[in-house]
Amino acid sequence: MSVVTVNAGPRRGWRSAGTWVGAFIVGIALICAIFAPLIVPHDPFAQDLDRRLLVPFWMEGHNPEFILGTDQLGRDYLSRLIWGCRISMLIGITVTIVSGLIGITIGVLGGFFGGRIDDAVLFAITTRLSIPVVLVALAVVGLLGTSMTLLVLTLGLLLWDRFAVVARSTSMQVRNLDFVAAAWCAGCSRFRVLSREVLPNIASHLVVVATLEIALAILLEATLSFLGLGVPPPLPSWGLMIAEAKDYMFFSPWVIVIPGVALFVLVLGINLLGDGLRDAFGTRSRS
Amino acid sequence: MSTKTQAAIELRSVGKTFRVSGGILGKDRRVVAVDGVSFAVPPGGVLGVVGESGCGKSTLARLILGLLKPDSGDIAVEGQRIVDMDRKARARLIQPVFQDPFSSLNPLTRVRDIVAMPLQAQGSFSRAEIARRVDEMLARVGLPGEMGNRLPAELSGGQRQRVAIARALVLRPRIVVCDEPTSALDVSVQAQILNLLAELRRDLGLTYLFISHNLAVVEHVASEVAVMYLGRIVEKKPTQALFHQPEHPYTRALLASVLTPEPGLGVPDVGLGDIMPDPANIPPGCRFHPRCPIAEPRCSTETPPLRPRPGGGVECLLVA
Amino acid sequence: MSALLEIERLEVGFGAATSAVRGASLTVERGETHCLVGESGCGKSVTALAIMNLLARGGHRTAQRLDFQGDDLLKLDDRGMARLRGNAMAMIFQEPMTSLNPAYTIGSQMTEVMRRHKKVSQRIATDRAADLLGQVGITAPGLRLGQFPHQLSGGLRQRVMIAMALMCEPQLLIADEPTTALDVTVQAQILRLLAQLQRDLGLGLLLITHDLGIVARIAHRVSVMYAGEVVESAATAQLFADPKHPYTQGLLRCVPVPGKQRQDEPLGSIPGTVPRIGPGFEGCGFRDRCTFADATCAHTVPHQTAAPGHDYLCRLAP
Repeated sequence: MSVVTVNAGPRRGWRSAGTWVGAFIVGIALICAIFAPLIVPHDPFAQDLDRRLLVPFWMEGHNPEFILGTDQLGRDYLSRLIWGCRISMLIGITVTIVSGLIGITIGVLGGFFGGRIDDAVLFAITTRLSIPVVLVALAVVGLLGTSMTLLVLTLGLLLWDRFAVVARSTSMQVRNLDFVAAAWCAGCSRFRVLSREVLPNIASHLVVVATLEIALAILLEATLSFLGLGVPPPLPSWGLMIAEAKDYMFFSPWVIVIPGVALFVLVLGINLLGDGLRDAFGTRSRS
Repeated sequence: MSTKTQAAIELRSVGKTFRVSGGILGKDRRVVAVDGVSFAVPPGGVLGVVGESGCGKSTLARLILGLLKPDSGDIAVEGQRIVDMDRKARARLIQPVFQDPFSSLNPLTRVRDIVAMPLQAQGSFSRAEIARRVDEMLARVGLPGEMGNRLPAELSGGQRQRVAIARALVLRPRIVVCDEPTSALDVSVQAQILNLLAELRRDLGLTYLFISHNLAVVEHVASEVAVMYLGRIVEKKPTQALFHQPEHPYTRALLASVLTPEPGLGVPDVGLGDIMPDPANIPPGCRFHPRCPIAEPRCSTETPPLRPRPGGGVECLLVA
Repeated sequence: MSALLEIERLEVGFGAATSAVRGASLTVERGETHCLVGESGCGKSVTALAIMNLLARGGHRTAQRLDFQGDDLLKLDDRGMARLRGNAMAMIFQEPMTSLNPAYTIGSQMTEVMRRHKKVSQRIATDRAADLLGQVGITAPGLRLGQFPHQLSGGLRQRVMIAMALMCEPQLLIADEPTTALDVTVQAQILRLLAQLQRDLGLGLLLITHDLGIVARIAHRVSVMYAGEVVESAATAQLFADPKHPYTQGLLRCVPVPGKQRQDEPLGSIPGTVPRIGPGFEGCGFRDRCTFADATCAHTVPHQTAAPGHDYLCRLAP
């Protein structure tokens, strides 16, 4: 056995400031998502044309009842922001669950069984990678109309590739380890070897992929909503809010900046948390 | 009437070849891992298999355990063909102990559950029976009972290997295939494990197939020894006969390479040259001829025949 | 003339929790092969890295004395050490698969060392590389210089490592388990080569290993390490003939010797396992596994001399 290597370098994993910032951001987003109906100061859908485009609190002449001002239809912006966070998180998580189930199943089957099954899996992954995701999503939604369910299904069916690739490569590595051979020799069924020996040992890698896929799904939904082919209005998806604010960009810049910044911060937070998780799991799996 | 005791393990002309793809541009290569291996291990015996990298001994172990299917020949364990047996029956008959104590235990499973796994896979044991057997086995291999709740990462190499042995023996198999069980351990711990294996064999009446590259260890544990080179057994004899009268030039070189802890003797010149054995390119004729110090021209064209000896044989053209 | 390498009371720690080496002392003379032997976790590899100042991040070393050719290594900064490494002091490692950079040819890796330290032309460096490859027993050196590491076998790669270490005519060669990852027949060849080079070039060779067979066959002097300390140090013949420390005695009993064994007798073994040593640990690290331990072993361990050149750390009389 050779040298003792101790990871006493730049603060990693749970010690890193970035991870805590990410966890904080995601924590807030989850609270908004889960408790949105309870914490919104106003009804995000209530329009009031008398109160159009009120300024947010850092500008002169703001109305203290509407901390972040109102949009062009008089709806409270803070409430729409919080509700939008709920939509983003909801879509992010459900899409990741769907794509995760598809990708992990395909990846593990290919990595574990090898041979022809693996060839088929590789072909499926390559095919999926050659498909332009945004265009296909646009086409589907354009043909079949906008609805949350359709959106989630479409994105879920398009975003499973990273799960599949990671599940495949990690299960291939684990498959060759001696404890899997010992499980075969001990008389375990294929199902048991897969579920008790292989899957738990690749789970940490998949959790990291999941965190990053949530961020990707959120961004993709915002893009589609921005183009009008995502979440149907009047649901306050941040992408939709950005699209609606385009026309007022130069006169009331906060209307476009606030959801833009929120999107950026949320995706950043999820990525930071994902990095931290990767480091935390990474050092453990290396030992 | 002949009373022939049935061999515990019997191999007849077993062969296994792997196809390694050469990528898009290269040609596919055939790696002959095991080629025409035949031997029989009597019940209660210990067959030591020695050889260096590329000789096929690990592939042989996996073939006998049923993890790989042979491309040719038959493998019979206590008279039954291993490929025909269902997984539960096979598990009750033959079990492994692998080399690397770090990768042979599932890092996320507690010791108790690792040892219980073969019992659970049978599906016919009650929970109470499983618990009882696990405790009994842990004690048998010298691990204190409270270790059952630990994870493998908390154990030392020697302790992990004891867990692996406990797992292998909990179903009371007849045969244990040990694939370099002590090579990854320190010398002082190695001796502990070897002593444990010897004691368990006596107490439980086991048969061992013991694979190792360490000749001194093999001499200590085995009743007969087979030397493998590039997929074939080039010499097989009872232990004392092999160590005191080695005939095959490769066996001689192997024995000469062993550096005993005796000062003043220097390092011997084994005389094997630079060429490395490559199972993807097996030399024609005698597969050892490119490295053999006494090779003659005919060794590169003629296949060496098997010269029988008491308890085995030698495959060499230059031996009577 | 001072010894080539003198170490007195070297201590290496990693953070607050681990003491890898606690007070190791050894001396390597010119033209001598000194083996540092011990099992995993005893600190022998860490000692080698500490000498070269190549400890992993978070490791720190202190010593009463760490002299190379009379110069204090502790006072050298990074640039000073870099001038020595690969030059007067060279090291070869255990894993031939990962010791060479797979992206560069053998020739470019070997000549790089010499061109950095000696500032010679590519031509001269290439000639020397080819010459050294021949010396380490590689046929067709010109061909090999143009090859990449993956085209060579493990034994050949280790020979290349040795040749590379010799490019700048080092005085001291440190070899950390150079043959552990190789087959037994190749191992014998490489060791034979190392012993021969050591004799021919008058090198000081510090060879780190866990294999007592290697120690017996090529070492002039031996230091036995256990739990971060050198517990016994002697000339080879003396150590094998008359080991004083109970760990050395136990270790020698554990090694099976072909041709001299009896199957019905169990192998000698040392019960227990290596303890984890933190800073602040007092007394003898071997006491929990030693049949001769008594109460004093938990506090102080006297340093004794059995004969000139034969020292050991134990309360037992010689």
